Amino acid sequence: MQDKVVVKDLYKIFGPEPDRALELLDQGLSKAEIFEQTRTTVGVQKADFSIREGEVFVVMGLSGSGKSTLVRMLNRLIEPTRGQVIVDGVDITQMSKQELITMRRRSMSMVFQSFALMPHKSVAENAAFGLEVSGMAKTQRRERALQALDTVGLAANADSYPDELSGGMKQRVGLARALATDAPILLMDEAFSALDPLIRTEMQDELVRLQSTHAHTIVFISHDLDEAIRIGDRIAIMEGGAIVQIGTPEEIVTNPADDYVRSFFHGVDVSKVFSAGDIASDRAITVFERTGVNVRAALAQLHERGHSLGIVIDTDRHYRGMVSLNSLAEAGRDSAHSRWEDAFLTQVQPAAADTELSEVLGQVTASEFPVPIVDAEGRYRGIVDKTVLLQTLDKTT
Amino acid sequence: MANDLTDFEIPIGDWVAAGVDWIQTNLTGVLDGIAEVLAFVIDSFEALLQGIPPLILALVIVLLATWRVGWKFGLFAIAAMVLLFGMDIWSETISTLGLVIASSLVALLIGIPIGIGMARHDGLEAIARPVLDLMQTMPPFVYLIPAAIFFGLGKVPGAIATLIFAMPPAVRLTNLGIRQVSAEHVEAGKAFGCTSRQLLFKVQLPLAMPSIMAGINQTIMLALSMVVIASMIGAGGLGNTVLTGIQRLDVGLGFEGGLGVVLLAILLDRITQSFGIVRRVGGPPSFIARLRRFFQRSPSTHRQEDSRCS
Repeated sequence: MQDKVVVKDLYKIFGPEPDRALELLDQGLSKAEIFEQTRTTVGVQKADFSIREGEVFVVMGLSGSGKSTLVRMLNRLIEPTRGQVIVDGVDITQMSKQELITMRRRSMSMVFQSFALMPHKSVAENAAFGLEVSGMAKTQRRERALQALDTVGLAANADSYPDELSGGMKQRVGLARALATDAPILLMDEAFSALDPLIRTEMQDELVRLQSTHAHTIVFISHDLDEAIRIGDRIAIMEGGAIVQIGTPEEIVTNPADDYVRSFFHGVDVSKVFSAGDIASDRAITVFERTGVNVRAALAQLHERGHSLGIVIDTDRHYRGMVSLNSLAEAGRDSAHSRWEDAFLTQVQPAAADTELSEVLGQVTASEFPVPIVDAEGRYRGIVDKTVLLQTLDKTT
Repeated sequence: MANDLTDFEIPIGDWVAAGVDWIQTNLTGVLDGIAEVLAFVIDSFEALLQGIPPLILALVIVLLATWRVGWKFGLFAIAAMVLLFGMDIWSETISTLGLVIASSLVALLIGIPIGIGMARHDGLEAIARPVLDLMQTMPPFVYLIPAAIFFGLGKVPGAIATLIFAMPPAVRLTNLGIRQVSAEHVEAGKAFGCTSRQLLFKVQLPLAMPSIMAGINQTIMLALSMVVIASMIGAGGLGNTVLTGIQRLDVGLGFEGGLGVVLLAILLDRITQSFGIVRRVGGPPSFIARLRRFFQRSPSTHRQEDSRCS
């Protein structure tokens, strides 16, 4: 994927002595020390990352960690003190006022935490706000606004006023306003934080659905890891104005960079973060290729390795079945030409790799055998047993 | 010793007097220009109001009161009109009304742009604040002296003193209203590519409107109170009636003039206030909106009932 937004060595210093603060930062002083010496606050420091076209990039952090400042520097609502923001190959920090306005009208739109709808405008007029500002004719912009409202399921309320809508509906209008301008980049500042939990989940699903049909490049600010995992392709975690880790949700949960990152996982339901495929492994199991060995040879091999279970696959790794020492012994006793099928454990059913961990949980605990995991084409990926499951769940508690 | 320390003089009074003298001798042309423009505005308003037959004007006021505030206030307006005619102070009331409208209008035309400027430039706010404090706390009689010196006696100096006294609330509340527009609304405006002019007219002013309307209401009320005082330099109207009552120690005449001012004040206050309640900012949905939703909802309700029957 192509890089849509590239942030290079970006700093924001608030207060009376930005130059001196930068100097001290370069010398390696901490945010607190700099504040003590200069009464100057470091908002964002050495931010260096790129956002790929079509991805949902979540910026996470506690309040005061600089995430709102960071996202506002992407459209220069806040002027960066140093560094570059390159959108589609153009450095926006060098843009003139007029170029900046054009960029905001065409390339970037924004969704706000408290909606920021205009109370004196109807829903349709609100959705058309960006188009109105850029000078589009009235009938044309209404048409575009209605399309955007339709996308978020609010076409029926086009002529209502914001004070007649619920919080969730208001944010749909906010989203429609951002979609109506057809800007490829959406900045969403805690867009769902003011909504109650049920509506929040609904809006997150809505966003994921929108992304699947019409992908925008989204920069999403959040302080909620559940939300970040739900919608994010990649997550950046910020602390004290600096980005401490960037990675996919799985990477961040499995390999947190430090205790600060780890602290976010308290209370997070890990079984929703991982899918069965993420933790499947070949540990303590022997894999047989069906055509390579017969039942007796397999039994001997299991004994030799000290394993009690085996997985049988085709040459192209398609899963066939699971065997145990007992089932192999019993199938082998009847005749010299025993078939693999006789040895398969009938009570073991494979699970798909993209199944949420919470769903395989029951299957694993109810069975005395591990659960084999297969991908969408039916190819064997590994097994999930009780030990692996417990280890994963334990990681965060 | 102690006496020596406090025994000095700063001749502020002399300086101000000298300043007034200087203006009078050097800026005669400017002063005359201001006087002519103001006289034109005041005269046109008064001519307009006096030109309308009293009964028709009274009817218009009653209808306006009923439409903007409600039928009960309409009844009050009728009673007020009857009293004004009965006390035979209609002409004075209209003269006062004309002067109030003219000077308020000028005060708003100057004051609101200053308020906008203050909201957009902190420097201007820092300068304007103490000036506004001075304008508001200086006893209103004090304006009468330079106004009379510059413009002589009559309606024009009356209007000048009035608009100086009445302008501060419009300036302050415009400034405050714009500054109180939430940061996110301003950011939303900018993020969607507003120029600073678009930001002002499409975001800040509409959202500041309730506050600005409150300022306009205050300006009009202050103008009314000042117009009465301005009768001392010959502004005429109801103030003149009150002044005559005082000079003749005629309690009855003074009370009639005072009652006229009160009635006019109540009418102006309620009617201008009704424009300040912007339908869309907070508050319950309007009657029309509810009506519209009722009609939108009803067909589907019928359908539900139908399906239940079958």
